[in-house]
Order: sequence, then structure tokens, then C-alpha cells
Amino acid sequence: MIEVQHIHKSFGDNQVLNGIDATFEPGKISLIIGGSGSGKSTLLKCMVGLHTPEQGKVLYDNQDFTRMDFESRIPIRKEIGMLFQNSALFDSMTVEQNIIFPLEMFTEMSKSEKLDRANFCLERVNLAGRNKLYPAELSGGMKKRVGIARAISMSPKYLFVDEPNSGLDPETAILIDELISDLTAEYNCTTVVVTHDMNSVMGIGDYILYLYKGKKWWEGSNKEIAHTDVKELNDFVFASPFMKAARERF
Amino acid sequence: MFFTYFGRYLLLLKSVFRRPEKWRIYWKEIIHEMNEIGVGSLGLIAIISTFVGAVMTMQIAFQLVSDLIPSSVIGQINRDSSILELSPTITALVLAGKVGSSISSQIGSMRVTEQIDALEIMGINAPGYLILPKILAGITMIPMLVIMSIFLALVGGLMGGAFSGAVTPVDYINGITDGFKGYTVAVALVKAFVFGFIITSVSAFKGFYVRGGALEVGQASTRGVVISCISILAADYIVTALML
Repeated sequence: MIEVQHIHKSFGDNQVLNGIDATFEPGKISLIIGGSGSGKSTLLKCMVGLHTPEQGKVLYDNQDFTRMDFESRIPIRKEIGMLFQNSALFDSMTVEQNIIFPLEMFTEMSKSEKLDRANFCLERVNLAGRNKLYPAELSGGMKKRVGIARAISMSPKYLFVDEPNSGLDPETAILIDELISDLTAEYNCTTVVVTHDMNSVMGIGDYILYLYKGKKWWEGSNKEIAHTDVKELNDFVFASPFMKAARERF
Repeated sequence: MFFTYFGRYLLLLKSVFRRPEKWRIYWKEIIHEMNEIGVGSLGLIAIISTFVGAVMTMQIAFQLVSDLIPSSVIGQINRDSSILELSPTITALVLAGKVGSSISSQIGSMRVTEQIDALEIMGINAPGYLILPKILAGITMIPMLVIMSIFLALVGGLMGGAFSGAVTPVDYINGITDGFKGYTVAVALVKAFVFGFIITSVSAFKGFYVRGGALEVGQASTRGVVISCISILAADYIVTALML
């Protein structure tokens, strides 16, 4: 379980996060949504330690991650898998090397065990046999799937996903959502997804945290979001005529 | 402003020299970087050093017009200039452009495409993994390149002197062997070591803290080369003042 307690973060005079509290539970997919500049990516970066909040705590199973030094964070970091918006694959490495890299750094697995694990992860994301390709040779959707394969190579307890569907066609986006959903159930991991995609919100959002101007504005499930009367949230989720019509039917 | 940057540079170096997660993987990277920095620069340094040696010989001969001075002095001056100044400094300035810009842009590209964030989230000490192999490769390969550069500058001087008729090969060889002090080579190696550290660490620093996109990566690369070149010249002065 990940708990975020009263997180404040600013860049210069710009207060990006203003006292965010939230709890992300294992085995569930938690979505952080909000308009551009609402602070959702900053919150994710505070949670994984890429940004240091000025106030507040991030607790991983009651361990205060924000106050830990580099060395103390390593055991928790080994349990984190993350898919970046642009996949962030190491472009000098092949697909297989990308997946094996964390295993090489942190495990004493034999070469064949590492290869087996890489093949398993690639099969899991439907990319079996693409081991020797370089990231530059992959499509956007394939890069995302390799990113997921790398994220699950260490069997993560916490899975973070930043904008998984950006730049993907709707069909591939649904495949990625299904994959995230399956992996969350398979590893019983605490999954946190930052997204703009309303299909994801409606499809896989067990818990949804809506940020507005750096504050927690609403929280609930994808079942509840259709019936909320919070104006800002409705303006965000049901912005298009299509979504408005869908809501009325729902 | 200067102290802020210098402080960040020192903090980065502190992270760079943190204990590696797995030496075996770092070792692989060190060998790779030694190949990139050392073997990859052999041709360029060889050509530049040979021509500098040849030109130096002809210019010294042009300036030494007195019949009272034996022509073997041309070899002596060329030898000491090459060992003490030309080979270490020119090699370092050329490598600051070639190797330094490559390091800045490589690390900068990794920063803007979130590859460095990915390393950090995995629990890997990104400065150590990315920069330490480059620094170790730099401080070992650049002295080797400087030794090669000295040798080729002297050979170039021999050829330049012989082809232009400025000095006979016998006089030139007498000149470069007369009164040779091994200490001058030690000074050259100390300079090369310091320059190797400056080129790799300064360029890596500029790349590591890039913010933005492709444009900023290019700008960081250019700044890295400029700061490296100025630092090399300042370090050259300090080492010379301390050792000679």
C-alpha cells in the first residue's frame, strides 16, 4: 500500500501540489487524472522519489520513503516498476538487454535464468521473438509494451505508469489498459496510473484521484464518477458531446 | 552563480564516486568507454600530432638563423615543447571537442528522454553508472594518447625537418636524445591525467543537468566544450607552475 500524506511541492513561485492526501491499495488500479498543469505527473514523481516534496510524506507499507537516503531507498526501489510516457528504453540496448538490465544489476541469476525471465516478460506483453530489436526499430505501442516488460522483470510490488496511452491508437490503448489490469491482478501490485484517457478512467479505474490546480478535488471509483456533481470534474471528464451523451445513457 | 554551479559539480562527483552496485557491469562499461575515448581518437590524434611536430621543426629552424647555434638544438626545442606543452594541451583541446561533446550529448539525450529517471527509479546510482566509467576511461586513455602524441610529434619533426631540409635526421635525433629529462614526461602525464578528468567530468556534468529538449542538449554540449577548454588552459598553467 502507498500512502501520500499532505504533499506540497512548488517550483519557484509556482505551487504545483497543495496538500495532497491519498491512499493507493494493492491489487487495485489507481488513476490520477486532471487537466494539464494540475500536478498529476509531479505527484507521481514525488511518489517515486524523482522530486522531493517540501512538506508531507510518501509511505510505502508504512516506511517513510521521502525521508530515506539513497542507500535506504534501494530495497523499495527494487520493488518498483515504472512505465514512462515515452517508454524511456535505453536506446543503446536491445529489447532483451533492456529487460535483463535490472536483473543483471540486482540479482545473481545465471545467464540462462535471465534469458528465460526476459522471454517470459516478452511473451507476457505479446512481443515474443523481438529480443534482438533496438528501441529505434519499434513502433510506439511496442515500445510501451517493452517498457512494461522491463517494469515487470523484477516482479514489482508497486507499478507506476505515466500516460500509458499517449500517442497510441485506440485499439492499442485498450490492449495496454488490459495488460496493466492483468498484471495488477497477477502480481497483486499497487498500480498507479497517470492518464488523460477517459477510456482508461471508465475501463480500469478502481480508484480515481482527480487533481485540480494542485489540490485533491475528488476521489472515488469509475462507477461513482458518472454520477458526481462536482462541476470541475464533470467539465473535465465529460468535456465532449459524445461523453455527455454517453453519461446520460449510463 | 559560479559557486552554485561548482557546488553542484562537486555534489555530482560525490555521487559518481559512490560504491558501484556491481563492479562486473561497471567494468564492462569502463572497457567500452576506453575503446570509445582511446581507440576512437587514435587516428585524429595521430594526424594532428604528426603535423604539429613537422610544422614546429620548420618554424624553429626558421627562427634559429645563427650559425653559432648547432642545428641539433631544433630537435631539443621540439622535444621539450612537444613533451611539456604541445602534445598534452593540443591533445586535450582536441579531445574536449571530440570526446567532451559526445559525452555531453549522450548523457543529455538520456536526461531529456527520461532514461536517467528510469535508472534512478530502478535504484541504480545514475551518476555512478553513467559517469564513473567515462572518468576512469578518460584518466587512463588520455595519458596513453598523450604518450603516443609525443612520439608522433617527434617523428613528425624528423620527417618535416628531413623533407624541408631544415635539419638532417642525424642532427635531429642527436637533438632529441641530448639532455633528455624523464621528469618532463612525468609532467606531461600529470597534465594528461588532470585534463582527462576535466574533459570527462565537466562534459558529463553539463549533460547530466540538461533540462528541455534537443536544442538544450546541443547548447549544453557546446557549453561543456567551452568550459572544458578554459579549465584545461587554467589547469595547464597551475600544473606547470607547481611542477616546473
